[in-house]
Amino acid sequence: MTVDWQPTAEIATLHERARLLGEVRAFFAERGVWEVETPVLGHGGSTDVQLASLSCEAATPAGRERLWLQTSPEFHMKRLLAAGSGPIFQIARSVRDGEVGGRHNLEFSMLEWYRPGLDLEGLIAETAALIRRVLSSDPGPVRCRRYRELFRDYLALDPFREPLTGLRRLAAERGGLDMAQAPRDACLDLLMSFVIEPQLGWEGIDVVQDYPASQAALARRHRDPEDGEWVASRFEAYRQGLELANGYDELTDAEEQRARFDEDNAERRAQGLPEVDVDRRLLAALEAGLPAGSGVALGLDRLIQLALAKASVAEVMAFATPRA
Amino acid sequence: MANYSTNEFKGGLKVMLDGDPCAILENDYVKPGKGQAFNRVKLRNLMTGRVGERTFKSGDSLEGADVLELDMEYLYTDGDMWYFMQTDGSFEQYAVEKKALGDTDKWLKEQVVYTVTLWDDKAIVVSAPNFIELEVTETDPGLKGDTAQGGSKPATLSSGAVVRVPLFINQGEVLKVDTRTGEYVSRA
Repeated sequence: MTVDWQPTAEIATLHERARLLGEVRAFFAERGVWEVETPVLGHGGSTDVQLASLSCEAATPAGRERLWLQTSPEFHMKRLLAAGSGPIFQIARSVRDGEVGGRHNLEFSMLEWYRPGLDLEGLIAETAALIRRVLSSDPGPVRCRRYRELFRDYLALDPFREPLTGLRRLAAERGGLDMAQAPRDACLDLLMSFVIEPQLGWEGIDVVQDYPASQAALARRHRDPEDGEWVASRFEAYRQGLELANGYDELTDAEEQRARFDEDNAERRAQGLPEVDVDRRLLAALEAGLPAGSGVALGLDRLIQLALAKASVAEVMAFATPRA
Repeated sequence: MANYSTNEFKGGLKVMLDGDPCAILENDYVKPGKGQAFNRVKLRNLMTGRVGERTFKSGDSLEGADVLELDMEYLYTDGDMWYFMQTDGSFEQYAVEKKALGDTDKWLKEQVVYTVTLWDDKAIVVSAPNFIELEVTETDPGLKGDTAQGGSKPATLSSGAVVRVPLFINQGEVLKVDTRTGEYVSRA
């Protein structure tokens, strides 16, 4: 007899999940960060070459239009910030095509929050505090480490200076695949995900900072104090080899943002990937003025998975996609 | 055959890898917070039976393998080839080489249904049913009354396999055997 109507999480786990959602809401209420809800379907989508957006056609007051399922609530939340919302958070259902596996599900709960006026250091501290609040046991100390340092420690190379041929050779060797044509960032991504990440966050919460400028996404860039190399002002937080959160010192420059959207779509054309409609309303909001500040997106299902010591995100979701 | 992209990979899909047909067992998605995603894929090489792991850049594709698994009844051997017949009513026969037969040769019995894996319509693997009933053709005489005691002895079965059996088993008896472990289960 088939049991595939059953939830992928046990009912007791879902009870626990509900309790943890309450903790998250209490955490933000105590800090004066208020909860918002923004659309799942938008006229613009994420142009990020590494994200696959799903779109659909639907009847709207403007007729039949193409709408994008949001890969994160970022654009809408930034528009709220530009409109003067102040600090906000959201637990947003986000959808990313092709993301399937033990730590991924097609749709998932993104905990995203924005802190106008707060710098990255302040946000890192708050992210660690949130993680501690949700994990039932003390995870240990927070350790901040620079991207560059990690590559030096774990791979004995400088990710900014190592010649591309050397990176490709090492990535091919560690990943067991052909990387002969791979761009620099793909090699670094492979080494990061296959060699470094699994070793992070076992003695506490590891926070990685100062990513290569080419991996800035929607973060500002600043110069590395060591040698003036441009780096991205963003961080990722890891616990037990799992990437939990991705924080940015948010880009507020509309021109720079427009250029990055265009670069993304040019790269999409070059790779034969579908182009994504740019969120022109986000650009307009940036032009009107986004308050300086930081924001972070945290994979809530993963954090709950760790808190409840489960083996996969499916075990903390009522119905993971195969049973949806 | 069609090409399959990493996001179409799923357990059971048959693809070509390094010239051999392989079955995908597991497909896991690995991605740093931002950036290039990879798929770590566990596959079984259908020619060698070996299971291995390979990594692909997400979006890479592999050619599908024209692989079918069919139920077939074992008919006979001419010493050179082993002949099987489809059980779907088509009575189509396939000649199987020794190499494809592999270890299954010691579990062959006429009229028993085996799973034959075909690649481009050629048999590459023959798997025995999990349990099979075979007659003991040779073993030391049974010890009367010794039905509860431990201890075992070798017995040669009609298919040629040698299994450990309890001391009370006699020549001519039919036994149920687990072909995966080569262990005696019970009298049939």
